[in-house]
Amino acid sequence: MIEILTTGLPNTVQDLGRPGHLALGISHGGAMDKEALTIANLLTGNDASAAGIEVALYPFRLRAHTDIAVAITGADCPVTAGDRRYPSWWAIPLRAGETLVLDAPRAGARSYVAFAGGLDLPRVMGSRATDVKSGFGGLSGRGLSRGDRLSLNARECALPAGGLGAAIDGRRGTGASPIEVRVLPAAEFQAFTPEARAAFTDSEWSITNDANRMGYRLSGRPLSLVSPLELLSHGIVPGTVQVPPSGQPIIQLADANTCGGYPKIATVIEPDLWRLAQAPVGARLRFLPVSAEEATEAVRTARRRLDAFAAARERKAGPLQSE
Amino acid sequence: MAEATPRISLAGSGALLLDGAQGSFDDATQELVWAVATAALALEGVREAVPGMNNLLVLFDPLATDAQTIGDRLKALWSGTSARAVAGTLHTIPVHYGGSRGEDLPGWAAHCGMGAEEAVQRHAAATYTVAAVGAMPGFPYLSGLDPRLAWPRRSSPRFKVAEGAVIIGGAQAGIMPMTAPSGWHIIGHTDVRLFDMEARSPVLLRPGDKIRFEVAGMDG
Repeated sequence: MIEILTTGLPNTVQDLGRPGHLALGISHGGAMDKEALTIANLLTGNDASAAGIEVALYPFRLRAHTDIAVAITGADCPVTAGDRRYPSWWAIPLRAGETLVLDAPRAGARSYVAFAGGLDLPRVMGSRATDVKSGFGGLSGRGLSRGDRLSLNARECALPAGGLGAAIDGRRGTGASPIEVRVLPAAEFQAFTPEARAAFTDSEWSITNDANRMGYRLSGRPLSLVSPLELLSHGIVPGTVQVPPSGQPIIQLADANTCGGYPKIATVIEPDLWRLAQAPVGARLRFLPVSAEEATEAVRTARRRLDAFAAARERKAGPLQSE
Repeated sequence: MAEATPRISLAGSGALLLDGAQGSFDDATQELVWAVATAALALEGVREAVPGMNNLLVLFDPLATDAQTIGDRLKALWSGTSARAVAGTLHTIPVHYGGSRGEDLPGWAAHCGMGAEEAVQRHAAATYTVAAVGAMPGFPYLSGLDPRLAWPRRSSPRFKVAEGAVIIGGAQAGIMPMTAPSGWHIIGHTDVRLFDMEARSPVLLRPGDKIRFEVAGMDG
């Protein structure tokens, strides 16, 4: 059992989401940075799909009521367990009565706390992810509050002395600016003026404070269509970059509506969504156009990166235990 | 027109959008969308098929197949699949029109150039089809609105529109399954729940279902 001591409502229970129900209007949801949550789970010996906590508001504090093992990944935030300080991307033991503290990140935005065994909450449509917009999943469909108590699925996790760390190639330089994300052109790309198409990739964008798990509104040079477009509603995926009549793009993210109607200039490729998850309000963004082949190669690279980590972890700490 | 070649575009690293729209929404095209959605789920590497309004989003595993292959298969399905009406369920939805939970009724009737009574009667006279479900859990995009009742969306959305709100957005009708932001106009309210996580089948309305609105009350 853990008890939440300090939090904000943006901090939620998340897992890898609930794909498969888009046609019922149910978002995939799940961790904004799925790779970071996956690695936190693997570090504690969990299956990748176990539920942990996504922290977007700091400081975040919890108390362990039993001896547990936790892993913290994602943003580069200072971690304190009892009186011991750790870097992020580390799995550590937490003894009964001790407090775990995540302080504001030096770089990045979202941290993930995984618990050996995973959070013991009911699955809703196959997932324990909190869908705040629709009010289900996680802990009663809401963000975490002070005093919330969460049970863990009991499981031993023997960590090597000093804990277990993860160094993931390609995750370094999270704090670089501008943050570069790769995009593929979307259905209405050609309906934008040549100036708009050039400005989209040649200029920088900043993330406004209208940014949450549903999406980020950006500000920059307004993008114009050649002529106004009225589209019928259509399915969209996380990463879709829509341009409403204001000309200021919106990137749709994990909890976005499953259908939209605004013209779409591009889509951020799936293996770069974590970069957006780690981009704080005010960060500058740049869109890098790639080919479909390059996008597929990026998906392959991301999958290999996880496979390589899982294999390395297994060599060091033994096989994963599934639920 | 449904058999015209659809436009297919990338929707990121693992999805394609097939757009079969030929201008305004068309019921025959939508029946083809439903049929192709079902068939697409059987294609190797396809993860999800999401019918929109005269369009279809198909999600696939880019390491199991590729956009070119899926695009070619979708084109073949579009030209080789028979559109078929879905034998959906008929739902009767009692609506209390106007009043505090249907605040746009007077403005809507005025926009349509008719009295509130006539607008309501026309709204309740039609049979609607659930063309697609999406945006939020269980939200039905309804076709079949009397064209005289169409009203372009609000220029700025409301931050909160209540669960049960019966709404109009352009040529489409809808019902809010939960309280959420919306730019559609609110003409009435129903107590029928469209999304109930506790129910065995949380989403009440499915593509192909038919809807009739019944006047349960009205405040001009």
